[in-house]
Amino acid sequence: MVTDPGRERPTMLEFRNVTFSIEEQTILVNVSFRVTKGQTRVILGPSGSGKSTILRLLMGLWLPDTGDIFVSGENITQATPERLRETRRAMGIVFQQGALFDSMTVGENVGYTLLEDKHPEEEVEAVVVRYLEMVGLDPDLRDRMPDELSGGMQRRVAIARALAARDPEILLYDEPTTGLDPQSSERITDLVLDLRDRLGKTAIMVTHDIADAFKVGDRITVLDRGSVVFEGTPDELNGAKDSFIAEFLAPYRKAIAAASKRDDTGGAFMGARPQPGGMP
Amino acid sequence: MDALTAVGDRFRRILEIVQDVTLFCVSVLRSAFFPPYYKHEIIEQIHFSLIGSLFIVMFSALVAGQALAIQLAHELAKTGTKSELGHFMVISSVRALGPVLTGIVVASRMSAGITAELGTMRSSDQIDALVAFGTDPMKRLVAPRMIGLWVALPLLTIVGDALNVIGGGFVGLGYHITLDSYYSGVSRYLTPSNLMVGMIKPVFFAVLITTVACWKGLTATGGAKGVGVATTESVVISSVGILVTDFICTKLIFRVLGW
Repeated sequence: MVTDPGRERPTMLEFRNVTFSIEEQTILVNVSFRVTKGQTRVILGPSGSGKSTILRLLMGLWLPDTGDIFVSGENITQATPERLRETRRAMGIVFQQGALFDSMTVGENVGYTLLEDKHPEEEVEAVVVRYLEMVGLDPDLRDRMPDELSGGMQRRVAIARALAARDPEILLYDEPTTGLDPQSSERITDLVLDLRDRLGKTAIMVTHDIADAFKVGDRITVLDRGSVVFEGTPDELNGAKDSFIAEFLAPYRKAIAAASKRDDTGGAFMGARPQPGGMP
Repeated sequence: MDALTAVGDRFRRILEIVQDVTLFCVSVLRSAFFPPYYKHEIIEQIHFSLIGSLFIVMFSALVAGQALAIQLAHELAKTGTKSELGHFMVISSVRALGPVLTGIVVASRMSAGITAELGTMRSSDQIDALVAFGTDPMKRLVAPRMIGLWVALPLLTIVGDALNVIGGGFVGLGYHITLDSYYSGVSRYLTPSNLMVGMIKPVFFAVLITTVACWKGLTATGGAKGVGVATTESVVISSVGILVTDFICTKLIFRVLGW
């Protein structure tokens, strides 16, 4: 495992000069970043900037054209299918919209990998209950089908499934709050933070929601049309002078400014969410 | 020159698709022949293919068998050989109509279901989720469907053949052909080789239906509309493919096995 000299913490995930294209369309150009143990990195960018592609490359679902991808020190671009399967076991992924198996109950979804590994039923049941409780869901929901749950609940089941999948060290979140109401969104980001703080999980969260990025990100990578245009802490992003960054952050800054104005005049701004320090 | 390039590109694209589908078919067969097996999914697929298709196959076979018998009885009556109805019904039903009719009915039902299900799973990231959690979709999704059809299709073909022939017997009564005379013709020509010809074809039909339906489902793109298009294409290709496969099988059976 590589150790990050600056932080003295091992590097869990690394993208090194990764370029990727599909059918002659370039999706990622020379992307590099690293995530150290216990850190949450947010990949931020507008729709179509190649954010979700990064997670698929990390899971080894796709292979890059050039560059290397390291997971826990192992270069997965050169791994055999068996090694790749082993590496995936160290990661849990929460897909956009949850991607729950709709022919299975909530319990079967959460306990999926244990059922696959032929663990005894009582053990699977105990794990399902434990992880449903951990993500703030009633364990009695385990016999329900996914489509009987709200979007926010489905997303939490997806997180429980990712956690129950052999208790992974690394969690990958693909736009976990997209399409959710502000309250559900808040619960999900609180959960992401809780998993980092309480269990020390390393994570990458892909999102286009700037408020979520500022809230959960230890470090943020901003993508524009497949290229990294910013890499740094939330505070550094806040102070960035780049014109794309300024334009990208403008709606968020406007919303924050409007919220402050309403607060000054005694009004309430329901959409306002946690703001980074020093936001203009 | 541009037109020539366009034709060349199109030809190359077709060859690429043929290559991809062939490789996919090989991996379908490999996943069906070698463990691990998902027993629960296999039983579920056998049930879905067999029980789910039973009524529609029975109904289609009975109706088609009677229509065929009317045609045959009418023609045989002209030459005074009505007593040969049982003979002709066995040959045409067991060797030709039965397997093809059953194949097309099952192809329509199963390929639509398989493509729509897998296509929806693809578009909602469930396939990627399976892979991410260490499951081989070929083993979990495709192989059980292949094995399910391998079990169900020959059995459904036997049921279809039987109802074709039984339907012919009822029609024969209307042409003053006694059941005794009809069934003596049936039993004379219901030979092991004729039965085998009817049983070989469904095995290949099952490979065709599973390959086309799973391929179309797993490669479906473009959301609900894309899944709809893939489903339609899957049904059309499977149904036409059944006819082509039937022709090839018949030709090979005559030429190679001499049956």
